[in-house]
Amino acid sequence: MHRGCGERKMELRGRTISKGVAEGEALTTTQPISFYGGVDPDTSEIIEKGHELQGRKVKEKILVFPQGKGSTVGSYTLYRMKKNGTAPTGIINKECETIVAVGTIISEIPCADKVDISKIKTGDFVRLENGVVTIKK
Amino acid sequence: MYLTKEEERMLDGEEGYAVKKSMEILVALGNIYGAEKLIEVGSVQVAGVSYHNLGDAGLEFLNELAKDGKVKVLTTLNPAGMDLEDWRKLGISEEFAEKQNLVIEAFRKMGIIISCTCTPYLIGNLPRYGEHIAWSESSAVTFANSVIGAKTNREGGPSALAAAFVGKTPYYGLHLDENRVPDIHIDVRAKDVRAKMKKFSDWGALGYCIGKKAENKIPYITGIKDADLDELKSFCASVVTYGSKPLFYMKEITPGSKKHKPPKEKVTIEEKDIEEAYESINDDVDVIDFVCVGCPHSSIQEIAEIAKLLENKRISPNTEFWVATSRLMKQLADKRSYTNIIEKAGGKFACDTCMAVAPLKGRFKAVATTSAKGCYYSRQNNMKTKLGSLEQCIEAAVRGKWS
Repeated sequence: MHRGCGERKMELRGRTISKGVAEGEALTTTQPISFYGGVDPDTSEIIEKGHELQGRKVKEKILVFPQGKGSTVGSYTLYRMKKNGTAPTGIINKECETIVAVGTIISEIPCADKVDISKIKTGDFVRLENGVVTIKK
Repeated sequence: MYLTKEEERMLDGEEGYAVKKSMEILVALGNIYGAEKLIEVGSVQVAGVSYHNLGDAGLEFLNELAKDGKVKVLTTLNPAGMDLEDWRKLGISEEFAEKQNLVIEAFRKMGIIISCTCTPYLIGNLPRYGEHIAWSESSAVTFANSVIGAKTNREGGPSALAAAFVGKTPYYGLHLDENRVPDIHIDVRAKDVRAKMKKFSDWGALGYCIGKKAENKIPYITGIKDADLDELKSFCASVVTYGSKPLFYMKEITPGSKKHKPPKEKVTIEEKDIEEAYESINDDVDVIDFVCVGCPHSSIQEIAEIAKLLENKRISPNTEFWVATSRLMKQLADKRSYTNIIEKAGGKFACDTCMAVAPLKGRFKAVATTSAKGCYYSRQNNMKTKLGSLEQCIEAAVRGKWS
């Protein structure tokens, strides 16, 4: 990781999981997310009881979380959200696992991991381009 | 990860959309888990077949792949959400059946054998010892790794499909011998536990205990005298559902148990653990409106036993009784007149489907089953659960009550 040239800009380098460019407002959590059962694919709301993002919508957000969890059907949930227009614009993980990797590839949602996600705060404007994350505070 | 020229061409899309998407999935997984290369697989088992789990999005994705995707190796299919021939009998809606048939049609186009069973090893997809395969369906993965000694990671539906279209899988995880070393010793100690291990449900309960204690580890199990195919099948389903890696060794019973030594970390299982497993799986419920056996799918031997127990009996009019099995086993049962006996008693065959993937939410209040895994999924369908022997389950079906 190194700081970019601008004062209020930060660049984090990670690894590309799913190619592409995404820009948007970050929604971040320190807790893993289960897309199958944990997110409503029609409303894009996180519905897992007790999750720190419970009630928040992931639509058009750059969703930042450590890793996926739960059923492998979650990959198809991401695909369904993309088709519904309720998917996050991009996903940034600490350590990506199979469910999110497969889900973002089949849905063509840009995704990167190996990123120090503690540097990204909810509300930051984030650009994700092939594994490089640029944060504007 | 190293890719051959041919693999790079596939990734570039020279073999079409399905192969390109598949390569993207395999390369991403290979990179995430540090695979050095792709290796060829002998067969694939694809899960994620029930429309209940796939929904329209999954169906749409399968249709996209089916446009130009053809499997390159022997590929079999997990259970669907209904009996493909006799779905009306199981109370499946017209609407669901239509969608489920579209899912099956997509798989058929891909060249997959429409086996619709979680026991591919009983119907002709039987890998050899040491063979690399790419299977999904956790109970079958555990059986293949542990009882057969084949090598597979626990694939999801899409990653298994990707392996089928490419004929390869990334070389990581349980494909590597260094990751197949047991790391927890489970000693099933009490004599009475061994003496008690007679019915399928005990194997499910034992799987529950060991799965919980071996969370995400590879158990080396000692103290089991003997185990037959059906018992191992039940144990495999349970141990992985409740928490272990999809691989275990059972001393002098499963392959590789001589090569490895019991690890230092040791946990013992006593009779009280088995009792506690029953207690935590069993709900406080009396009236049983659903009885299902065959999770994993019933073998011909199990069907024979069910027929024997049901001869000249009558299932309660308030209870639905299902024997979940593969179409092939049902055809065998037809020939041997077991089907006749079971249906005469009011029981139903649920071929191609099972209690874990059929759309059962809201249909039944309480289920009795021989399967600890079945209980896990029934709870997700908001049912109360009773785990018991085949005799207890048949009695519950006849009386409509648990005793």
